[in-house]
Amino acid sequence: MKSGSNLERVIASGKMAVTAELGPPMSADPHEVIKKANILKGFCDAANITDCQTAVVRISSIAAAVIALREGLEPVMQMTCRDRNRIAMQADFLGAAALGIKNCLCIAGDHQMFSAAGKLKGHPGAKNVYDVDTCQLVGIMKKMRDEGLQQGGDKLEVAPKFFVGASWTPMGDPMDFRPYNLKKKVDAGADFIQTQGIYDMELFKAQMEKARNLGLLERTAMLAGIIVPKSAMMLKYMDSSVAGVTVPKSLIERMNKAKATAGDDKKKARELQEQEGIKITVELIQQALEIPGVKGVHIQAIEWETAMEPIVKAAGLYPRPTFPDA
Amino acid sequence: MIVGQQKPFDEIWEMVKGFKKVLVFGCNTCVAICHAGGGKEAEILTSLLRMKAAQEGVDMQVDNAAIERHCEPEFFEPLMEKVRTYDLVLSTACGVGVNFLADRIGAIPVYPGINTTFYGAVPEAGFFVELCGGCGNCVLHLTGGICPIVRCSKSLMNGPCGGTNNGKCEVSNETDCAWFLIVERMKKLGTLEKLFEVQPPRDWSTGTHGGPRRISVEHIRAFEEEEEKNAATEGR
Ligand code: SF4
Ligand code: SF4
Repeated sequence: MKSGSNLERVIASGKMAVTAELGPPMSADPHEVIKKANILKGFCDAANITDCQTAVVRISSIAAAVIALREGLEPVMQMTCRDRNRIAMQADFLGAAALGIKNCLCIAGDHQMFSAAGKLKGHPGAKNVYDVDTCQLVGIMKKMRDEGLQQGGDKLEVAPKFFVGASWTPMGDPMDFRPYNLKKKVDAGADFIQTQGIYDMELFKAQMEKARNLGLLERTAMLAGIIVPKSAMMLKYMDSSVAGVTVPKSLIERMNKAKATAGDDKKKARELQEQEGIKITVELIQQALEIPGVKGVHIQAIEWETAMEPIVKAAGLYPRPTFPDA
Repeated sequence: MIVGQQKPFDEIWEMVKGFKKVLVFGCNTCVAICHAGGGKEAEILTSLLRMKAAQEGVDMQVDNAAIERHCEPEFFEPLMEKVRTYDLVLSTACGVGVNFLADRIGAIPVYPGINTTFYGAVPEAGFFVELCGGCGNCVLHLTGGICPIVRCSKSLMNGPCGGTNNGKCEVSNETDCAWFLIVERMKKLGTLEKLFEVQPPRDWSTGTHGGPRRISVEHIRAFEEEEEKNAATEGR
């Protein structure tokens, strides 16, 4: 075991892994994290704690991860390259490990411009860091863990033992480069990969085939990302505006139909779309798990954590495995 | 070249309005090409300042001048005496020129008339793009001649992020994604496999993060010293 995390154990056991997502609040109140942690607990093997997603200031990933851990939910701390230089990152790795965190996902992070893209003022004038990129960050974590060395070469008395993850956008362009993008992350030392949300399973299958031919799928655990759709509008938005995401027309039509069935009843329209969204998610999970090399799913029920229970149960992924000595 | 843009006129007025004798001092190299601070722009700005001063009832003398370059001492020589008769120099040279003059002029303030913005080129008249960040450790041989440091919004060294959308950067759909361009270019050059190797963390100390940078070209300095010595001996 590299880290001994629950997520690593599930993957090592050969069972399909399930990760979820927990977005910390724009608030100093821990209760939101506690509440979400308790909703997710039992329905995933670990939950990603986002690191100021869309560059919006929230409870830091490391702090929220510790809160989740106290509630009995294993966290996957996220670390963006946007906000910290290698000094701060490595200091946080030591701190996070000292606090009992065992998984970390390295990501580039949304540009600070995004913080003001919605209704918020954000901090579009912030200075970003990008001292290192995702591949380099993965390499730093691996070096700390396996060699007990800092990036600069100084020795660590006790090395932080992380299960190291990276994200992958299989359908981002340039598409033909994306398998190599993955290869670089795996070469750098990514133990697991969580993908961008996938709706077009055929396209994903084709990209996975290329990854398999590069021999990557034996070297890393691929968790297919599924973003739970809530409405037809959301699916249309994802299709048109989110980088690396394409949504097949048939899925949008199914959601449209669910919405139309409700007629003018807005509440019902929402409920029917949510039901359809859960159904679609379960189907996507089942399709993803059939693809050779997929070791689990990363289910993102964004601001809709209660959807995890019915999804995981309907997908036949419940109960989650437990390990006696964990 | 260095590309800049004239500061908003109101901001300039706020800077200069308290002075009695102002010299608007243009530079006829880079900032003239980008229509920000050459002799012509200095002249126009002078007229605007005179008009504004008259309008506001402020007693102010505004003149203009320009030299070929604000980054080498010899260009200043013929004008320095005159320059020193002003209470304020509003320089429309790039930031380098403002600094260079401020270091030499004595107790006269030098204010910036333009915002120095980037090192760039002019793909078409009136259009300027940033192409280099002066990082001090060029990697263009690895990236098909396309700079990942300033043309990628995140200065990524190992390939595109997840934000590339139809070849555009996540920051704006008017900005090309540098990594999209790099991959396409490397394909064309038949050297895509160069991108497969993981680039280790960079040493940024060669850039602005290592403190102010200097370059000393020893043989030139030695040569100049020799020349000076010779001239002195000949004169004797
Ligand atoms: S790699 Fe550095 S020196 Fe080369 S173009 Fe980019 S910023 Fe300039
Ligand atoms: S979209 Fe392209 S240019 Fe923009 S930050 Fe990502 S890799 Fe860099």
